[in-house]
Amino acid sequence: MRFKTRGVLPGFGLSLGYTVLYVGLLVLLPLSAMVIKASSLGLSEFWLKVTDDRALAAYRLSFGSAFVGSLLNAVFGVLVAWVLVRYRFPGRSIVDALVDLPFALPTAVAGIALTTVYAEHGVLGEPLAKLGLKVAFTPLGVTMALTFIGIPFVVRTVQPVLEEIDPDVEEAAAVLGATRFQTFRRVIFPALLPATLTGFALAFARALGEYGSVVFISGNMPMRTEITPLLIVTKLEQYDYAGATAIAAVMLVASFGMLLLINLLERWARRAEA
Amino acid sequence: MSGIVTQRAGNAQRRDTQIGESLWVRVLLILVALAFLGIFLVAPIATVFVSALSKGPGPYWDALTQDETLDAIRLTLLTAGVAVPLNVVFGIAAAWLVSKYDFWGKSVLITVVDLPFSVSPVISGLIFVLLFGARGWFGPWLTDHDVKIIFAIPGIIMATTFVTFPLVARELIAVMQAQGSDEEEAALTLGASGLQILWRITLPKVRWGLLYGVILCNARAMGEFGAVSVVSGHVRGLTNTMPLQVEILYNEYNFVGAFAVASLLSALALVTLIVKKVVEWAASSRQAKRDASARALVPVRSTVSFEGVVQ
Repeated sequence: MRFKTRGVLPGFGLSLGYTVLYVGLLVLLPLSAMVIKASSLGLSEFWLKVTDDRALAAYRLSFGSAFVGSLLNAVFGVLVAWVLVRYRFPGRSIVDALVDLPFALPTAVAGIALTTVYAEHGVLGEPLAKLGLKVAFTPLGVTMALTFIGIPFVVRTVQPVLEEIDPDVEEAAAVLGATRFQTFRRVIFPALLPATLTGFALAFARALGEYGSVVFISGNMPMRTEITPLLIVTKLEQYDYAGATAIAAVMLVASFGMLLLINLLERWARRAEA
Repeated sequence: MSGIVTQRAGNAQRRDTQIGESLWVRVLLILVALAFLGIFLVAPIATVFVSALSKGPGPYWDALTQDETLDAIRLTLLTAGVAVPLNVVFGIAAAWLVSKYDFWGKSVLITVVDLPFSVSPVISGLIFVLLFGARGWFGPWLTDHDVKIIFAIPGIIMATTFVTFPLVARELIAVMQAQGSDEEEAALTLGASGLQILWRITLPKVRWGLLYGVILCNARAMGEFGAVSVVSGHVRGLTNTMPLQVEILYNEYNFVGAFAVASLLSALALVTLIVKKVVEWAASSRQAKRDASARALVPVRSTVSFEGVVQ
């Protein structure tokens, strides 16, 4: 094994061979099938399919509501992480465990539950409707669902950083006459920024592709509340494989762009911590 | 690693007593955080159980014991029963590879392992339709040989395996990288074979991480919706998993039925969260034990007794 540089334990060849074979068959082969299918369309046809009005409306909704949802999560995620790390209150560890719920709860279950809560006669939908806010079957509902599935990301990236901050720096700020808010804004927040942005990007990437929790609450009206993944499914159901693949390719490029960005942010976060 | 837990506890205490916020600021921040989580997390999960039992336990039980629902439960168990073991074996191999060796292309491999996380579930289903569907790459060959993958059980299992396959690997890579290879290398010098090292040292060392990885992988395999929905074709009693059954019942306005099936999946999710807490607690108490024994013993870590390593 020429390209193996370190490691004395046996099993390198076996584990490498098995891992590469499994990843190749299960991930790379299917994904390359999609890329090849998309590139067989021809540039002008591809462009036509990915820029028709309905697709553009779907991108706007997907990117817009994913952005707003992740922004909400960035603000409240830092707050929740702060409260969980800094304060002791009854039920804290239950709340801490509950933060991971969107990871574990099937998206379809989240979808029907959120729709029931925010429907016109739902527990929270009714008071909101009286205030003139319709949630279910509107873009606002899509944003709510995308906020739900993004909750763990910011909390879980910010929590460990907050735990590691040395009390000395906060004491020093206090001794030098900073108010508590100044200390947060000038000392703590800059330390949390890389982790917060990483969490934001993770939540945004997840929200872009989300399907199950959105399709129930969105109402799925073309041009208005139709997210991009749903448009792909609709095209598939009409046996428009070319159209579905073209739009999927756009989404795939967007996800890979996010993946790259997240990697850069994580590298920045590690450097900031060191 | 040593002492991080105790140091963190100390950090928290120092902040509490010396430079904390005033009481009313604390209470306000806690209430806002709880309100946010209440609106977004507690309200939906409570709604699942309240709606499922809204007509009492009788209709709830009837909804769960319907033939189509039972078929969906059976198919879900079958799917997870194939997908999870496949991904556990892969996860162990991948984590061994990544944590024990340095080699060219390692970071690329790690990125590829994470890939299914960044792909929309809908696209995860679509790629298998493009491969095995009637008009896909292998479609004509499959039709000639009378093999059905898309709109049938094999497709559901493949899509589920794809979506859940990073979960065990990621969990194990993190744990194995953190724990290092000292014990394994010691066993090697004592003449243990690769399989013995894996079976008697590595797996016991990572058992808590492995347990959480398996539980999480299982919960996601049973709950996958988007990818499975694309490849299943929704054939009643045949290719409906539990999440698809939830969708069908809900769209038929059978809310008690939909939420009854959903309540099973929600219970599974809650169990997953509890296991995670237990695993974290076990890992931190083990770390504390290690710190204590490291202080009590000579600074050289004892690797002679297998029992000592296992603990």
